[in-house]
Amino acid sequence: MSPTPSSGQATSGVESVSLLDPTSVETAPRRRVVDAQNISLTFETADGRVDALSNVNLEVAEGEFVSFIGPSGCGKTTMLRVIADLQQPTSGTLLVNGMTAEQARLARAYGYVFQAPALFPWRTIEKNLKLPLEIMGYTEFEQQQRVQRYLSMVNLTGFERKFPWQLSGGMQQRVSIARALSFDPALLLMDEPFGALDEIVRDHLNEQLLHLWKSTGKTVLFVTHSIPEAVFLSTRIVVMSPRPGRIIDVIDCDFPVDRSLEIRETPEFMKVAQRVRNGLRAGHSYDE
Amino acid sequence: MTSSALALSARSSRAFAQHPLVVRYAPVVTMVLALIAIWYVAAVAMNWPLVRDGFEREETPYTTMDVLAGTMDAERPLLPAPHQVVSTFLDGVFGYPPLAPRSLVYHSLVTLSATVLGFGLGALFGIALALMIVHSCVLERSLLPWIICSQMVPVLALAPIFIVVLGALGLHGLLPKSIISAYLCFFPIAIGMVKGLTSPDPLQLELMRTWSATPRQVLWKLRWPASVPYLFASLKVAITISLVGAIVAELPTGAEAGIGARLLSGSYYGQTIQLWAALVAAAVLASGLIGIVGLIEQSVARRMGAH
Repeated sequence: MSPTPSSGQATSGVESVSLLDPTSVETAPRRRVVDAQNISLTFETADGRVDALSNVNLEVAEGEFVSFIGPSGCGKTTMLRVIADLQQPTSGTLLVNGMTAEQARLARAYGYVFQAPALFPWRTIEKNLKLPLEIMGYTEFEQQQRVQRYLSMVNLTGFERKFPWQLSGGMQQRVSIARALSFDPALLLMDEPFGALDEIVRDHLNEQLLHLWKSTGKTVLFVTHSIPEAVFLSTRIVVMSPRPGRIIDVIDCDFPVDRSLEIRETPEFMKVAQRVRNGLRAGHSYDE
Repeated sequence: MTSSALALSARSSRAFAQHPLVVRYAPVVTMVLALIAIWYVAAVAMNWPLVRDGFEREETPYTTMDVLAGTMDAERPLLPAPHQVVSTFLDGVFGYPPLAPRSLVYHSLVTLSATVLGFGLGALFGIALALMIVHSCVLERSLLPWIICSQMVPVLALAPIFIVVLGALGLHGLLPKSIISAYLCFFPIAIGMVKGLTSPDPLQLELMRTWSATPRQVLWKLRWPASVPYLFASLKVAITISLVGAIVAELPTGAEAGIGARLLSGSYYGQTIQLWAALVAAAVLASGLIGIVGLIEQSVARRMGAH
């Protein structure tokens, strides 16, 4: 991962930041994995119209780790679901890997990790990992190889024959991450994957995820509630606000690639975290 | 008795009461014993006038003890005593060669074959209906009311119609009985499977969508395995219903063989003991069938990671 612009530097645009800016230090522009322009999504509910997303612009380049942070109802999960073609925007244009969201989904361009592991309880861990591979028609030999590779990547070698209920919540979530990686998509969409886990497990998984991202070069879009988690993991933090769901700040952070959890005690880290908190406050997130 | 001996017997009786076998079976055994006691009391009460009138008709002197003894071994009692039913049942099972027309084994096998065939047909039909309903809203709206209506018509009224119509088509014997049995047992399977096939978690369905799985893959890799617990729950209900269906189907046809035929002839000729023995045979058959389905369920559940 080559570094992005300087640490904690404010970006001028409120809604969108492009790393493909010609003035960027990058000489060869990196491929755009996500290109969203003026995305809006409104629901008609019994209580009237809800603007889940309002004119959201977002460009993500290959290899970035972008976190979405904001209070409930700010549209961060909706944005992820729109990119995944699990929901359709009311208006706006969206390209994923240069294709429409639907084409990208049909091309299996991304792996999705939900807040719950959503493993299939009747399948062993090994069989759970094989599920997307079976669906995509990989050979038995290839399936077996990938199961080994991705289980060891999430440190779960030896658990092949266990059933999900025999694993802890944290281990189950690691299986679901391995499952999302198993067919080697370039893009990883993670919707509060560690939200249901306790602090210690979450710290540990954060380190593991950082390592995974570093070693695989995936582009990651990551939804979270936790400021330290967002600052620790991301190359860019998108701060969102509800009613209507919109982006109110985009913060770059470029801590060293081989950072460890201790970095959270440093003043630089505090500074970025403070800015995220200010952004959330400006969006009246602490009103309730 | 010394106090230490008392303490010892108290301790041993407590140990007995806490023995796992006792803990497990004591409630069932108590219940069975209580029912048998009630049955005996009822047999005495119901057969009393019958036996007393018998003595009076023959103008023989009798004592209360004579009447009491008579209620226990009357030839055609209103309510046969449990031991009479058991001995007739055992005689029917072991007293004849298995394929003799008086053997309960023979009659049970006749009914069992119709039950198993009907159960198989009903299960296939029920599952097929559930698959159609789950995959098409139009079919759900058009089929479901008919499925429910089908169960509101009493099968005793339908059975003769089935038999006559199928007989006119040249179908006799096993198949018409199986079809009536299937007609009854498809219903719980269809309803259970609709529930089971729609039971997957929305997250699991969305995962399949992110992998752009085909509808067929969603069915075989998600909906079908998720519905297995529902399938077995409804199969257990359905297997007893299909036995009832097979027996009912034997009633209007004047079948010569089968548990239904035994019930019918028993009630024609006032052979109450034979009637009850046939009932016991039906109960044994039903328990056996449920037991088999239960065993299959257990082995499938083990392979699917149940704990």
